[in-house]
Amino acid sequence: MPNKTFFWFFLPTGLAMILFIGLPIISTGIQSFYAQHDQVVKEVKKCDPFGCTVSIVVDNEETSKIREAKPLGKFNGFGTYTDRNHLAVDEIKKFWNETESFGAFVDQVTNLPFYKALIFTLTYCLFVTPNVLLLGFIIALSLNAVARKIRGPLIFGTILPMIVTPLVGSLVLFWMIDSQGIIGANIQNLMDDPYLSLKSSKTLTWITIIIYGIWHHSPFAFVVFYAALQTVPQEPIEAAIIDGASRFQRIKHIVLPHIYPVVTFVALISLMDNFRVFEPIIGFSAEGSAQSLSWLIYDNLVNEEVILFGSAAATSMMTIIGIAILLAPVLIRTWKEFKTAR
Amino acid sequence: MRKILVTLLFLLFGTSAFADCNIKSGSINILANDFPALRTFVETSKQCKGSADFKVTHSSEHNKIAVPALTANPSEFSARIAANSSIVPLMNQDLIRPLDDLVKKYGKGIQDSQLITIDGKVMAVAFMANTQHLYYREDVLKDMGIAVPKTYEEVVAASEKIRASGKMQYPYAAAYKAGWNLAEEFVNMFIGHGGEFFKSGSAEPNVNNAKGVATLNMLKKLSELSNPDYLTHDSEAIKVEWESGNVALMTLWASRSGTLLDDEGDPNITKATKLTGPATVGGGNIPAATLWWDGFTLAKNRPDADAEATFRALAHAASNKKMVADAADQAVWLVEGFVPGPKSIGVIEAVKMGAKPYPMLPQMGLMHGALGSEIVEFLQGKESAEQALKDVEAAYISKAKEQGFL
Repeated sequence: MPNKTFFWFFLPTGLAMILFIGLPIISTGIQSFYAQHDQVVKEVKKCDPFGCTVSIVVDNEETSKIREAKPLGKFNGFGTYTDRNHLAVDEIKKFWNETESFGAFVDQVTNLPFYKALIFTLTYCLFVTPNVLLLGFIIALSLNAVARKIRGPLIFGTILPMIVTPLVGSLVLFWMIDSQGIIGANIQNLMDDPYLSLKSSKTLTWITIIIYGIWHHSPFAFVVFYAALQTVPQEPIEAAIIDGASRFQRIKHIVLPHIYPVVTFVALISLMDNFRVFEPIIGFSAEGSAQSLSWLIYDNLVNEEVILFGSAAATSMMTIIGIAILLAPVLIRTWKEFKTAR
Repeated sequence: MRKILVTLLFLLFGTSAFADCNIKSGSINILANDFPALRTFVETSKQCKGSADFKVTHSSEHNKIAVPALTANPSEFSARIAANSSIVPLMNQDLIRPLDDLVKKYGKGIQDSQLITIDGKVMAVAFMANTQHLYYREDVLKDMGIAVPKTYEEVVAASEKIRASGKMQYPYAAAYKAGWNLAEEFVNMFIGHGGEFFKSGSAEPNVNNAKGVATLNMLKKLSELSNPDYLTHDSEAIKVEWESGNVALMTLWASRSGTLLDDEGDPNITKATKLTGPATVGGGNIPAATLWWDGFTLAKNRPDADAEATFRALAHAASNKKMVADAADQAVWLVEGFVPGPKSIGVIEAVKMGAKPYPMLPQMGLMHGALGSEIVEFLQGKESAEQALKDVEAAYISKAKEQGFL
């Protein structure tokens, strides 16, 4: 496609991207550098049906004056990024100096909210992404091998986890693993421990969420792989069969190299999706045991009665940076291939 | 033409038209939490809407919607049914209007005790009171020869006895869901221990002390007597546990007693369910509970005509003797003419025992948020009480700094 045609073709999408993705990201970035003005409070008498007390309220007249002068708030630079609820630079320095063993240091650091969330998010990505790729590929291969007649219904059944709304899917599993649910009660029986609860143990909650993640995301990988498998040329495979190559050898030397670009694509998308893991945490009411970066943003925006825009913006920016870092190796590789191909 | 049509419709179907307060214009849009008493309240105010537009949103997610919806100008809602805690963010952002003139003009039936005044200005009109108190199974306690517990120490002892007898595995229940609910239980227990959340006259946190540790230890003891999934249980979930007969002692909101004691579920359990005041803790004499009021506030960013219409409709309900008589079971109404029934015991006892109201402080929401996430690991046995409280204070301080309180 000539560059000019491409430009006009891409223009509407490009504009929409700038308007709906680019500008909000810039605005979020700017917000993350600001904190609220110092609150002006005053002591007043408060009376309710249970009696009167003297306590403080925010002085709205004074506050609105300051707000009008500087609507964005107080410039905080990287203050929000480095505070305890985010990168916790000072705390980490302190832990490093105070703790005696490296283990104790790691313990202290992983107790900080941002790192706690980061570790869960990375663990989730690390376990879910490869398993999704593997499972998706295996399902695609097996379905590709079954008789055409039953393929349709089978494909439909396989993509069902993706059709079910994430929240509903996780709620169903959440009820099943309840200590009185079908899975939870059976595990208690099996382990002979009436106090065993999948929901109260951190490790078991993580495992549940990861298994759910694999179940939910595999169909996507499957669909893409299945489509890619239809394009694998039959001649080299037939030649390989004549040469006596085993099924495994055929897959390794012919099928996989052929669909390799698709694998990269699915890996990229899955990584991005998994890094933003959020719904299962809400669905499983797992806030206590598992927090992800996205959940932190949600928590700052809606869970508090006071909305922490600066905190949420800072975490958002760091999530974007995190995704960029995760994707960098794959992107660099694709870029290099693109250059050599030219 | 439309007016004629509306009038005709009223003539045809409008028994409610008789309760009409003659509101001629304006539009009414109410945001409220979702439980039976509030539905009754809003329904009652609807009878009086006259020819004004009337819309209502009942949502348990009301806290998440309120501030953004009222910040818009004009705001989405003309009124917000709030409570001691949820009025604070509205006050902090200056989103609600003083009601003095409206109270003077249209608030004839409203009692002075219903007015929430801050710095001399009426900011809300309360209509019901709420608290968390004990519920017990009379049959179970009688069988085991246990007296009705008055302190949390007795609750622990009674629960241990019930568990030892093999009758119930998890005899105690309270809403310990990580987040807001769990933090609320901490707030109750901490106040029961005589704790103050902030150093006096400042926004500096004050929970990392002996009272905080005692609070956490009591919460832990109670959690060990609860269903192991307690960190995912909110008020609704423990209500279900109770109705399935798995629980003998429970701390739950007074406002939930209506649905707990309705005709649904096992009649034997319903019959044996009894209410009593909140328990004290650690030898203290004030109950480990907080008093709450629910009342209405009016949005600032809304034309005066809407505010007037909304106030008149809501004031009609907030002074409605018929409503409090018909719905005496649903809540402890603060409205004149309310005769407390058996379901009001919890709140009335709490008031008698000198329970404190939930602290109405501008920075309390941040403390509540920090508590909800930072004490979980202690309950899971992953860190010490001191460490958990240290984390609470540190998390609070960072948030309070960002919000400009410190």
